[in-house]
Amino acid sequence: MSVLQVNNLAKSFGKVTALNGVNMEVNEGEVFGFIGPNGAGKSTTIRVLLGILKATEGEAKIFGKDAWSEAVEIHKRIAYVPGDVNLWPNLTGGEVIDLFVKLRGGNKKSRREELLKKFDLDPSKKCGAYSKGNRQKVALVAAFSLDADLYILDEPTSGLDPLMEQVFQQCVMEAKRAGKSVLLSSHILSEVEKLCDRVGIIRQGKIIETGTLEELRHLTRTNLLVETKEPITHLHELKGIHDMEEKGRALSFQVDMEELGAVMKRVSQFGIVKLESTPPTLEDLFMRHYEGKGQTGTEAGGDPNGFYN
Amino acid sequence: MAFTINKGTGHLSRLIIRRDRIRIPLWVIGICSFTFMVPIAFKELYGSQEQRDVMAQTMENPAMIAMVGPADLSNYNLGVMTAHQMLLLTAVVVGLMSVLLVTRHTRGDEENGRVEMIRSLPVRRISTLNAVLLVNASTNILLAFLVGLGLYTLNIESMNIEGSLLYGASLGATGIFFVGITAVFGQLFESSRGVTGFSITVLLIVYIVRGIGDISNEVLSWISPLGWVTKTGVYDENNWWPIVGLIGVSIILFIIANYLHAIRDLEAGILPSRPGRKSASVILQNPIGLEFRLQRTGMISWAIGMFAIGASYGSVLGDLDSFFAGNDMMKQLFTAKEGYSVTMQFVSMIMMVMAILATVPAVMAMNKLYGEEKKGRSEHLLGRAVSRTRLMGSFLIISVINGFVMLSLAAIGLWTASVSVMEEPYSLGTVYGMGLIYYPAMLVMIGVAVLLIGYRPRITSFIWLYVVYSFIVLYMGGLFQFSEWIGKLSPFGHIPQIPLEDMTWMPIIMLISIAAAVTVVGFIGYNRRDMGR
Ligand SMILES: Nc1ncnc2c1ncn2[C@@H]1O[C@H](COP(=O)(O)OP(=O)(O)OP(=O)(O)O)[C@@H](O)[C@H]1O
Ligand SMILES: [Mg+2]
Repeated sequence: MSVLQVNNLAKSFGKVTALNGVNMEVNEGEVFGFIGPNGAGKSTTIRVLLGILKATEGEAKIFGKDAWSEAVEIHKRIAYVPGDVNLWPNLTGGEVIDLFVKLRGGNKKSRREELLKKFDLDPSKKCGAYSKGNRQKVALVAAFSLDADLYILDEPTSGLDPLMEQVFQQCVMEAKRAGKSVLLSSHILSEVEKLCDRVGIIRQGKIIETGTLEELRHLTRTNLLVETKEPITHLHELKGIHDMEEKGRALSFQVDMEELGAVMKRVSQFGIVKLESTPPTLEDLFMRHYEGKGQTGTEAGGDPNGFYN
Repeated sequence: MAFTINKGTGHLSRLIIRRDRIRIPLWVIGICSFTFMVPIAFKELYGSQEQRDVMAQTMENPAMIAMVGPADLSNYNLGVMTAHQMLLLTAVVVGLMSVLLVTRHTRGDEENGRVEMIRSLPVRRISTLNAVLLVNASTNILLAFLVGLGLYTLNIESMNIEGSLLYGASLGATGIFFVGITAVFGQLFESSRGVTGFSITVLLIVYIVRGIGDISNEVLSWISPLGWVTKTGVYDENNWWPIVGLIGVSIILFIIANYLHAIRDLEAGILPSRPGRKSASVILQNPIGLEFRLQRTGMISWAIGMFAIGASYGSVLGDLDSFFAGNDMMKQLFTAKEGYSVTMQFVSMIMMVMAILATVPAVMAMNKLYGEEKKGRSEHLLGRAVSRTRLMGSFLIISVINGFVMLSLAAIGLWTASVSVMEEPYSLGTVYGMGLIYYPAMLVMIGVAVLLIGYRPRITSFIWLYVVYSFIVLYMGGLFQFSEWIGKLSPFGHIPQIPLEDMTWMPIIMLISIAAAVTVVGFIGYNRRDMGR
């Protein structure tokens, strides 16, 4: 069952087209990672989902309700954490958390104290005196204090230290164990890898890939390092070999997943002494998608300046 | 602990001057031109000694003395009159300038981490503070000379060189005193809000203590440094000792600030910041409560201000008829209407002015809705179970109540003071009714603000043009003989000036309908548009 559904969503600001037909779906009980380069349209999508922005075209539904016209009803069941939390400088963190909890949930029981301790946040300090990370914690404590059916998190950990990052991950896992759904936009790939069941990659206002991490990995290459009794010849004649490099007596290269079988067959003819294979890192995967498609042939690394365009 | 004016201080001073190369000149030019305009205007308006004596009479009541201080009213020449009416208030403005400029460069920079960067350069720790003191003390000295020489060159008979220089010196010394106060507070508190807040509080307390002292107890005036300013007797006895006193105290404050600066850590305050509430109070449970909490301080200040303005107008009602008899310009403003005293016409006019003034905090409260949106804080509410209608409605309620309270306080203030000075005072009902009748016009203004926020949020500040337009057209209208329709473009121009004019309900009903209509349309727009950032 899907809790969140986006169909052909488009949004433009005057002449700027921020979203250009976004389709995605988050199922009940899953953590959905939403990733893509800067300016790809993640925050814009999320703000449409929250009814803060009005879609130019297409529809966005949460719990089967329209994100724009039934926003208040939806918001009673969701928790939202933005990536850049601006608070009222003369209210304390404790006051803001209470207000936020109150505005969402009426009198339901709050886990505030427990979370304050976990996140190591002093609620008696004025928000004006908080660091960026501490302001972020205020929003996180407010969000996780009350149970929600869907958590919408837009780069929720920007500014958190690694320790707090872990506490955050625990919170998400707990929510997941309780059967809640999460939409998590993030640039921190290890976080995505650890938490997400499925990911959607957005680029220039379009979702270019969706699936489980396994499925996405399959679309990419694996790294091999082989050492053979006799020198390998004519390897580059095969399809799907990239970045070949001699390392002493060994040879290192990348292979497209679908060609792996053919390549191994050829290599084994030369008498394998040593074989190391490393799966593609998440970074490899994302780099390729962030760069854009159609560059599978020649090289894998790419120039670092072109990553985020 | 002496100040060390060394090379580092020099460099840092230049940096401050560079960063404030617009700000400081604006303050100085503003204060100077304001100071020079007043005696020129007085010369026009109160050219003869009789006119000034009438003015002196109006000044001889507790409310006025509490506001501007005492003076030798038997020798009310142009110089004495200028100094009496303007010196103290201008000194307060100069004090405010010092507070804002010094906070900006001490705690403000420290908060932003700028001082940290400077500390990493080869300058002495104490240099940052002393550069601020040096620049701001110099600014005030410059201001003193400019004002002094400027006033003298106006070439007004009673304004001699000694008096003029003393006038300037009084302003400069007050400024330097508040440089010292702010510098000390800058060491005590951790946040620049705290420093500004406490320094301005001292400014107000010193002003109020002097006011109470001037009308009741001489000793109190002696405690207050602003009391000293009124003791200078500019253009009269010309006492210089208060200046010496102020400078002396300032030097002590500078030394204290240096000492405190030396013994504290960067970004720490001598006084620990008081921990705030750990949890929200019963007020802070909904958008209205939140807005009330955020705007509370501002609203209280405006409330006190509106009451004080009402009271100060009320306090002159006693001898108004004789005052007007000798003033042609005022006569023109209040063309005599049969059957009603000039005083009654004056009250009616003042009510309109105060109603327009009371519109300012009300519209500010409404416009805050867009301010919050721009700072990305409306999202926190709209992202939770708060609808746009509820959010805008909360601001509207606060704004509408705010305007009502401000208008009421101004009218009540006027009445309260008038009772004590008039032989046959008006009833509270009469005065209050004369004020409250403008409320529908204020509602239209708030409605227009709502409309702009709903449809054209980027130009919400245009509402201020409309407010200023209303003020100029209606206040000055009589003077410039504008045609009637120009006044009718403002909602305030449609209100019948009771009791001078007959009460007619038609315009009132129309205004309320218009207010309701534009407000509703504004809500529709707000419900339809994107929330920006
Ligand atoms: N209010 C606005 N007016 C005009 N353009 C906008 C507005 N908001 C977003 N955009 C544009 O829409 C595009 C998508 O922005 P968005 O904030 O959704 O990106 P993002 O994926 O969240 O990026 P990041 O990773 O940096 O947070 C960008 O090109 C941005 O400049
Ligand atoms: Mg974003």
